[in-house]
Amino acid sequence: MKTLLSARDIGKSYGNRVGCENVSFDLHAGEVLAVVGESGSGKTTLLRCLSGHLQSSSGEVTYAMRDGRTVNLASLSEAERRLLMRTDWGFVHQDAREGLRMGVSGGANVGERLMAVGARHYGNIRAVSEDWLARVEISKDRMDDSPWAYSGGMRQRLQIARNLVTSPRLIFMDEPTGGLDVSVQARLLDLIRGLVRKFNLAAIVVTHDLAVARLLSSRMMVMQQGRVIETGLTDQVLEDPQAPYTQLLVSSVLQV
Amino acid sequence: MSTVLKIEALQKSFTLHQQGGVVIPVFDGLNAEVAAGEAVAITGPSGRGKSSLLKLIYGSYRASSGRILVRSSEGWANVVAAEPHNVLDLRRTTIGYVTQFLRVIPRVPAEIIVAEPLLERGVDEAEALGRARQLLAKLNIPERLWHLSPMTFSGGEQQRVNIARGFAAQFPILLLDEPTASLDAENRGRVMDLIEEAKAAGSAVIAVFHDENERHKVCARDIALH
Repeated sequence: MKTLLSARDIGKSYGNRVGCENVSFDLHAGEVLAVVGESGSGKTTLLRCLSGHLQSSSGEVTYAMRDGRTVNLASLSEAERRLLMRTDWGFVHQDAREGLRMGVSGGANVGERLMAVGARHYGNIRAVSEDWLARVEISKDRMDDSPWAYSGGMRQRLQIARNLVTSPRLIFMDEPTGGLDVSVQARLLDLIRGLVRKFNLAAIVVTHDLAVARLLSSRMMVMQQGRVIETGLTDQVLEDPQAPYTQLLVSSVLQV
Repeated sequence: MSTVLKIEALQKSFTLHQQGGVVIPVFDGLNAEVAAGEAVAITGPSGRGKSSLLKLIYGSYRASSGRILVRSSEGWANVVAAEPHNVLDLRRTTIGYVTQFLRVIPRVPAEIIVAEPLLERGVDEAEALGRARQLLAKLNIPERLWHLSPMTFSGGEQQRVNIARGFAAQFPILLLDEPTASLDAENRGRVMDLIEEAKAAGSAVIAVFHDENERHKVCARDIALH
């Protein structure tokens, strides 16, 4: 197993206020890391710093490119960084409207990302889009509808198809099941889990839901007030939590 | 017989921060060794830490100090100090664990749950499913259920799916937590056969048994917790 992304001492401050600080970890190819913590713990800030959506105040992120080079992300040109973000990376937003183009059809949302990496043949683009929509369980007859006409769960699945169509190796997810009904959540989680395995995707998943972390991830980081207070294998952290805050988090889950 | 598991000066205690910082000691300097092809029972009164010991070996509980050495194809590894990635590798190749309850995942069919440990090792899907179906049949899970998620199965059926999963791949070290609890006589017999087969194939079996007769049948000696 090879290190895909490596974060060292990542920090982000907003004036005097700390978003996150001193976050370091290595992510291997094909590995799913969950970042958990309550709202305001800095997990989304961290995700945005790692994925280049936000400029971090300190620290560095290195990434193993497809061609085998390991680069410091800060050293990439804007064009290189954009290319990386739309080919080798994906970002699934909690609010699908942030990750989709709401003005074009579902099929075009998938096709657009393909065109961004150079696909030009309309028939091929449409066929690949259709194939990807089927994988995320969106039927062909909804392909030409606007995402406005989709349910919340469908929009989220469309966002996933849009991200995965370029065969990325790393996907960032910010509360991918937040705001969805539990039945819709289960379907989406199962889909994500299956796709992650099938394509050997690495993922960093931010969630406040420990059940989501358990289902998707093999490793976990617990954040509180901008700092990582506990890390380990997901089952270690959930079954034998060490930090007082992690124990509180785990013991607060209601059993059904 | 060659040793494949060595537990040295193992200490474990739980600190309950949410309950006034109470410290619950579990192990204070436990030592044990297990060899390939033998079965060892963990015995002791309820609450003494039998399941905890299995979880420590599997790495889902973190030891306070001491070493848990397992022999993998790449030499000895200390579960207590290993990096998470290495623990995951050990779980894929070396340490199998049959828990007391199946973790059901919505929408994942029983046969896939059983085949997963093989799929994770990169075994071809057809071959992995073949082995899964063979085990499900052996454990008397009706064929019409194989394609369904065990969500709606009975407790006994879920436990048999769990056991089939645990025996799908061959592991040099196999941890069993009350594998025959909640099963009828016939299925208990089948599980006992599977344990004997694993031993014959060279697995070191470390087991907690509810039933004393079964324990004596399979295990030549005990790790007694007092």
